[in-house]
Parts: sequence; structure tokens; C-alpha cells
Amino acid sequence: MRLPDKTCTMEEAIFGIRDGDTVMIGGFGVPGTPMTLIRALVDHGARDLTLIKNDANEPGMGIDHLLQSGQVARLITTHLGLNSHAIGLMNSGAIQVEFNAQGILAERIRAGGAGLGAVLSDIGIGTELAAGKQVVEMNGSPYLVEPALRADVALIHADRADLFGNLAYVGTAQNFNPLMAMAARRVIVEAEAVLPLGGIAANDVHTPGVFVDHVVELETLSKEYAVVQR
Amino acid sequence: MVARAAREIAPGMVVNLGIGLPTQVVNHLASDFPVCLHTENGLTGIGPAKGYDTADRNLIDAGGAYVSTVPGSAFFDSATSFAIVRSGRLDLTMLGAFEVSATGDLANWKIPGKFSPGAGGGIELAQKARRVVVLTSHMDRAGNPKLKQACALPLTARGCVERIFTDMAVIDVTPRGFALIETAEGISTAEVVRATGAPLILPDAAVPTF
Repeated sequence: MRLPDKTCTMEEAIFGIRDGDTVMIGGFGVPGTPMTLIRALVDHGARDLTLIKNDANEPGMGIDHLLQSGQVARLITTHLGLNSHAIGLMNSGAIQVEFNAQGILAERIRAGGAGLGAVLSDIGIGTELAAGKQVVEMNGSPYLVEPALRADVALIHADRADLFGNLAYVGTAQNFNPLMAMAARRVIVEAEAVLPLGGIAANDVHTPGVFVDHVVELETLSKEYAVVQR
Repeated sequence: MVARAAREIAPGMVVNLGIGLPTQVVNHLASDFPVCLHTENGLTGIGPAKGYDTADRNLIDAGGAYVSTVPGSAFFDSATSFAIVRSGRLDLTMLGAFEVSATGDLANWKIPGKFSPGAGGGIELAQKARRVVVLTSHMDRAGNPKLKQACALPLTARGCVERIFTDMAVIDVTPRGFALIETAEGISTAEVVRATGAPLILPDAAVPTF
């Protein structure tokens, strides 16, 4: 037996994204942000997107390109502090922003990827982040119901992939990528290196390839991946 | 004040240093001091900061600064990172503040109409770290006290702050309100009282300086 080959071109990978889709995008700052897939989505042009991403990168970088091109209707995130452009769009009402506590965003995505309906959490109880959320009592304490998140598409950056889509990440580029790679109907991965089957030892796989649909190898890394000199 | 705050870290602790002033605390820890520094974006065992020339593009802290690892460091995803926070593995967090109330309420993420970038991981840190201390200027830029009877701004978490380090004093949040523990060298008790927006419990003996 031989595991299937999921490698394809950037265009083939991005092709099926439609107007109105919900798109999860990995990354925390630059590390783990799939800069090339984001550029491809700008070129593709799908509009009215809901993005789920930890942060909005910085002006002129990462998902800011999607904000600049007006393709984003809604952003589910945790922090926009490094992107004044995103804050401007939010304040003017050009995009709708839903803030989540960072670990709760992670758990909502993990729950979506694990086939669950929601998680219960006491984070934010007694603050405005709890406003409008359903409260349930469990083991004598109140918890907020945090609905699971799933997406139509996830855009993932990995350090290494094999042909089947087994993934390995490096450094702090892991962040939301392994969670989002489990939580979308279609999972598209850009990898800095695509290796033969067995090229990532089974013990070293972070994301099992079973969750992955498309693997695209990055020929070169654009300067957006480089160290940011602020 | 940053050097004084660094003495709050006991050997063996797991510690998260918030963005801004708290990040500088690491500069006051000896290189062989036994401590595990955690950052929300997926690292335990933060090493010294890196300059742009030697930085690893895949190795940042939650504030986006380039950092390094130490022998024994571990990387993990964001769910694991906040499992560490919410499950009580974090012995101490040091956070910045816009306002702290006399009951330990913390406001540090939103100024309605002016500043609302989102709280990131700050809510979980404030609510779930075993000990929460604040590093902040004693007054805001307009000269208003940041330590108040009650917070006016949206809260990050209720009743979470145990100690506050400012440029003027070290102040504890006690069941009876703010208590003066130490003053900065050259600052009088009367000055601290004037700069604090709620009653301050004073020690019976002389106030130590830092």
C-alpha cells in the first residue's frame, strides 16, 4: 500500500474558495502565517470572507493584504494591536470584528476540529466579553458556552510536509496551525519543504496528514517571512 | 521599579511576563536563575532577546520581539499554551494596567472610543495565573491616579491583582484595600498617598524603600 499524494499547484489549491467562505488562517505574527497562500487568495479574489486568525499581522503584511483588497467582511480574532489599518477598518465599520480571549479561540477551533459542539469556560465571566453568551451551571459553577468554530477552508504554514500531508512545524510557528488544520472542510498547506513519504519520521509528525487536503511547496520565501525590523 | 519587580520571582516558578514594561523584568534575572518563562504563542523556556542580525524568524514572544531558547525549552500550539495558563501551572504573571481597583480588579485592554485592539491572552493570564502582579506608572499621562477605588474602564478580570509595582511604590491589594509596602527611593509616603486614587493603608513602622 502507498499513501496518496496530495501535492498540487498554488492555483489548484486555492481554486475552490468561494465568496462568503469562512477561512481559518494560521500564524501568530509572522511565524506560521501562510504569506504565500494569502497572496494567492488576494489574486483569486473571493470576497465577503470571514477570516479566523489570531491577529491581523502588520500593515502591508499577511492578512492585511486581504483587508486592503476589501475581501474581508468579518474577522474573528484576539488582538489587532500591531495593525493600525485593521483597527481603522473596525472603527469605521468597514469590517465586523469579534474578539475572543486567545486561548478560548484556540479551544473553540480545537472543539470544531474534534467534532464537538462547544466548550465550557469561565474566562471573561463578569466582564463585557461574557455579554450575550449562554451560561450553564456545571459542577456547581457557572460557565460560558463557547461554540465550536469550523471553517470552509484553512490556510496553513508548515516547515515540512510529506506528500501525504503529514506536517511538522518549527519554533513559535506552530501556534494556531495544528488546531486549524483539523477544523476546516478543506485544508490547504504551504510548506517550506515537501518531502517524500517517510521524510518526516512518524514520531515527529505534528499534524497527521489525514487532516490535510492539499500540499503546496514554496519555491522561495518572500521577504514577508523574514525578520521584521520595526 | 523593574529591578524591584524582578525580586518577586522566586526560584522554580513558571512565569509569564506581559507585553511592555513587564518584558523588561527578564533583564534583571541572573543567567543561572532557575525559572521557566512562558509566552502565549507557544514556548516555555524563553532565552535572552535577540537583535535583528541574529534573530530566528520563527522565534518570537507574544509581543512580537525576537527571543531565543535555553536548554530544555519546549514549543507547543496555542491550545496547549493556554492549557498551561488556565489549569494553574502559571505561578506568576506580571501585567501592565490602565487601572487597578482597591479590590484588585484590573482594566488593561480597552479604552472605549480610543483604544480597543483586543485583549489577546491577557484575560486568561489575569484570571488564571496563581499570582497576578501589575507593573505600571503610578499615574497616567494626564496625571490621574491609575490606582482607584473602582475601575471606570472595561475590566480584564475581577479581583485578580495581588501586588502593584509602580515608579513610586510597591502596593498590595488587601481585603481592606490598598496597603503601602515600600516606596521608591526619594519618594515620600505623603506623595504616594496623594498620587493614589483610593485610601492607602500605611504600615505602623517606617516604610522601606527600593
